[in-house]
Amino acid sequence: MSAPSPRAPLPRSPRPIRVLVAKAGLDGHDRGAKVVAQALRDAGMEVVYTGLRQTPEMIVKAASEEDVDAIGISLLSGAHMTVFPRVLELLKEHGLSHVLLTGGGVIPEKDCEALRAAGVGMLFGPGTRTSDLIQYIQREVALRRAHSA
Amino acid sequence: MSTTPLPPDAEAILRGDRRALGKGLTCAEAMDDEALALLDALWGSTGRARRIGITGPPGVGKSTLASGVIRAHRALGRSVGVLAVDPSSPLTGGALLGDRHRMGAEAGDPNVFLRSFGSRGSTGGLSRAAPFALDLLDAAGFDVVLVETAGVGQTEIEVATSADSVAVVLSPESGDAVQAMKAGLIEIADVLCVNKADREGAEAMAEALEGMLDRAPPAPWRPPVVRTRALEDATALFEALEAHGTWLLEGGRIEERRRRGLRGRLRTLVHALLAERLLAGRDALLDARAGEAAGKRRSLLDAARSTVEEILR
Ligand SMILES: Nc1nc2c(ncn2[C@@H]2O[C@H](COP(=O)(O)OP(=O)(O)O)[C@@H](O)[C@H]2O)c(=O)[nH]1
Ligand SMILES: [Mg+2]
Repeated sequence: MSAPSPRAPLPRSPRPIRVLVAKAGLDGHDRGAKVVAQALRDAGMEVVYTGLRQTPEMIVKAASEEDVDAIGISLLSGAHMTVFPRVLELLKEHGLSHVLLTGGGVIPEKDCEALRAAGVGMLFGPGTRTSDLIQYIQREVALRRAHSA
Repeated sequence: MSTTPLPPDAEAILRGDRRALGKGLTCAEAMDDEALALLDALWGSTGRARRIGITGPPGVGKSTLASGVIRAHRALGRSVGVLAVDPSSPLTGGALLGDRHRMGAEAGDPNVFLRSFGSRGSTGGLSRAAPFALDLLDAAGFDVVLVETAGVGQTEIEVATSADSVAVVLSPESGDAVQAMKAGLIEIADVLCVNKADREGAEAMAEALEGMLDRAPPAPWRPPVVRTRALEDATALFEALEAHGTWLLEGGRIEERRRRGLRGRLRTLVHALLAERLLAGRDALLDARAGEAAGKRRSLLDAARSTVEEILR
């Protein structure tokens, strides 16, 4: 192992942005989350889709194992003031503070502001164009990657 | 190998640090210098896990079966590391990695670690990166390491064969047994699994597979054909894989199989390293020979041969 290390056998191409898309809360359908997942995929991202009824613990376990750049949580049940802060807390605990936490649902403006102040990223209401979400993730992840490089 | 101290990330992976493993797998995926150093350091700790591959056409129920197989191992107290490979779009490089969704309940288990890879449309990349990812999961100490790939291309099939036991999954709507044979799926199977046995045509497919095996030249191991309804359970598949595992442990068969597998991987790596080493700084030579072939002063094959002669001179 003392010989000069051979160069990587493959050229290094930039890693696609990896995003975890999860649906939290107890409400039963994930059509919106699936539409978002497909749009992100079509924008060249690798999307790990985890499906319904994800707890903050499951979401952060997945983010760690999958080594994602961003987490998008879709949430309709009004549990946003518990779910987002808990995910944020667990991310810190797991050494994942660099991960962008974003999402969407019906969230009152003042709650959005409180969550943003706590370190959550932009939250998108129903009817948001997916292109806005895509641009936001691309910009935010580029910044965070540059920061940690 | 043991004289140099381990790099901190390698040590963390051996300690069972899951975050370090997550990052290490990202390196393995990129196959960059960091990954090579990590794999060098961890090589001595590989070879302890039982490695299982599950492959077959998209939609046959591989992930659903995998979750059943994982559950059966967990019931015996075994920890499980999973690598799930899904196709990437060759156009955008994007991928929708949905296996984690199908394995939802198991993925939440603290003694299960699941990582999804996109195939990234590269023929060579995945076949090198994925087996290294399995090495990392193995070194991290999981009792069982399971890889799921969609058996659509040669690469995905190759990845599955880096496991000790390979299950090929088919279903009544995945096309007939002859197609599976043409795709090279049947010859790599240690277990053949006809899933969606609740659907019409499953029994006929299983019988067609048995017929094929009857006509094949005798081999030391005849792959059993099992029928499953993955939405209910995967017990038949689990038991067949266990039986193959037991068979491998007799008379040093597993050592032989792994040696053969490593020889194949070694060959692929040497190939890549040689090509890179020999072609380094040879752009001008390649340009000149390509120009001659374009101008019809040499045939393309002649240009290639003379390029090799010149490089090796
Ligand atoms: N009818 C029936 N459907 C199944 C069975 N196993 C899986 N499925 C369904 O087949 C679809 C694809 O399953 P999945 O495990 O994702 O397949 P994969 O692409 O091979 O990993 C899902 O909708 C499953 O619910 C089965 O035994 N019977
Ligand atoms: Mg699958």
